[in-house]
Amino acid sequence: MLLSLEKVRKTFGGLTAVDGASFVVGTGEVHGLIGPNGAGKTTLLNLVSGLIRPTSGAIVLDGERIDGLPSHEVAARGLTRTFQNIRLFPALTAADNVLVGAHLKRRAPLWRRMAFLPSAAAEARAAHEASVALLERVGMGERAAERASNLSYGEQRRVEIARALASEPRVMLLDEPTAGMNPGEVASIAELIRGVARAGHSVLLVEHNVKLVMDVCDRITVLDFGRVIADGTPAEVARDPAVIAAYLGGEAAA
Amino acid sequence: MLEALQELWLTHQSTVAFIGLNGLLALSVYTTLSCGQLSLAQAAFMAIGAYASAILTFHARVPFALELVVAAVLPALVAVPLGLPVLRLKGVFLTIATIGFGEVVRIFFVNLDFTNGALGLTAVPQRTSVWMIYAALAGALYVLWRIRGSRAGYAIEAIREDDPAARTMGIHTAHYKLAMLALGASFAGVAGALEAHYTFMVAPSTYSFSRVVDMLVYAVVGGTGVFYGPVVGATFLTALPEVIREVSQLFRIQPGPVRLFVNGAVLLLVILYLPEGLASLPGRVRAWRRARREPRAA
Repeated sequence: MLLSLEKVRKTFGGLTAVDGASFVVGTGEVHGLIGPNGAGKTTLLNLVSGLIRPTSGAIVLDGERIDGLPSHEVAARGLTRTFQNIRLFPALTAADNVLVGAHLKRRAPLWRRMAFLPSAAAEARAAHEASVALLERVGMGERAAERASNLSYGEQRRVEIARALASEPRVMLLDEPTAGMNPGEVASIAELIRGVARAGHSVLLVEHNVKLVMDVCDRITVLDFGRVIADGTPAEVARDPAVIAAYLGGEAAA
Repeated sequence: MLEALQELWLTHQSTVAFIGLNGLLALSVYTTLSCGQLSLAQAAFMAIGAYASAILTFHARVPFALELVVAAVLPALVAVPLGLPVLRLKGVFLTIATIGFGEVVRIFFVNLDFTNGALGLTAVPQRTSVWMIYAALAGALYVLWRIRGSRAGYAIEAIREDDPAARTMGIHTAHYKLAMLALGASFAGVAGALEAHYTFMVAPSTYSFSRVVDMLVYAVVGGTGVFYGPVVGATFLTALPEVIREVSQLFRIQPGPVRLFVNGAVLLLVILYLPEGLASLPGRVRAWRRARREPRAA
């Protein structure tokens, strides 16, 4: 058990966005998080990544509580993410975006660069090459020198995944990585996610594409109105009457 | 020939000095701005550097270099406790808070006895040579040049582009913002000390809000996309009035009104047609030439 949520609750004024959610994500597991619009999926990712604090409950990463920590501290403990509404740094190139993602991994004290030491230049070159290699891994090697704002939607999503991978996180949160993509692009993202999990990273995947979720996930948690209504393997979840009623299709349950 | 050159230097020496000082001040605004924060406390940092160094000159016999170090360190030390609460503010609120701080500092110096109140310190010995100003400017440019493209430099760019997203990359955004505020404060402090020992005085009115606006205009006109842009802007806008004066003498017209008009017109033209500043002009011209060549090639 790498990441666990225990009775996590978040209220905004009178609105309860996440209502006592508990589930666990294992090491190297692809864990799906699905549910209708407004079920609290993105709020949950924001809670886990430290952008907002839970009202109550605990979030534990590898035995250490991370709820209440600022997001840079959460990232330093090995958890990174992508965003539903892509948040690349638009003025930077694709490679430089990934280089920023490698911030935690780089050992490059500024004084060495100030002193013009060759080791600083060598480190910068190696970091740039590693970024380009990571872009190649997500199929974006040829676009490395392009400004992020000039990339297509699907390309931006790939660069964002590369950026989140650059710090070699233990857990990566993906918020709707295939939104707005065509079936061919979705298939390649599915392959990418499987590859990431095989490399030992855990993935928490929020996604509306049910086929993708069923294909790539080891376990799935279903949220509805901020509550966990089901948790299990894709086959178990797909059979669950509560899930069918709330999300997969009301008619099938009726 | 040599005499003519010498005379030319004597007439324009102070313009050359002020180009350097204003360049350093424009860099001080730019440094904080490079992480997307507009601080208008720079005149206050300048005042701290100026007063500290002048008081040292009067009361302690220390080398000028040491005074400059104090003028660099002291404003940075003041910037940290200022920045801790203030950098939590965003956008216009941060800017207003720093304006407030600037006024507080100025009023503080006006009301102290040992700073000689509103009259300020006069008869400060001239210890600044023009080369010192340019050495300081070169030092500031070197630091900013080396930061660009470093791990810290990328973190700063990321903060400017999207602060929360930068945080999820593990970047301690508050640290970087504070460091850049302190660095900008150092530049302003050194400029203040150099100016005080060049103009023979430390007058509180020098460090008013309008001085910060000047610095900001240099930075914007020169361009804040690249680190040397603010120096380009400061050079251009500091030299422009002198050029206009010379030219209007040739045509035997009063330079005063022409100067104001041309200054305003240039500002307007740059903001309208070169929103990325004068420093972006060469790139623009290249793009324009390429665009003109290409249809013919096709």
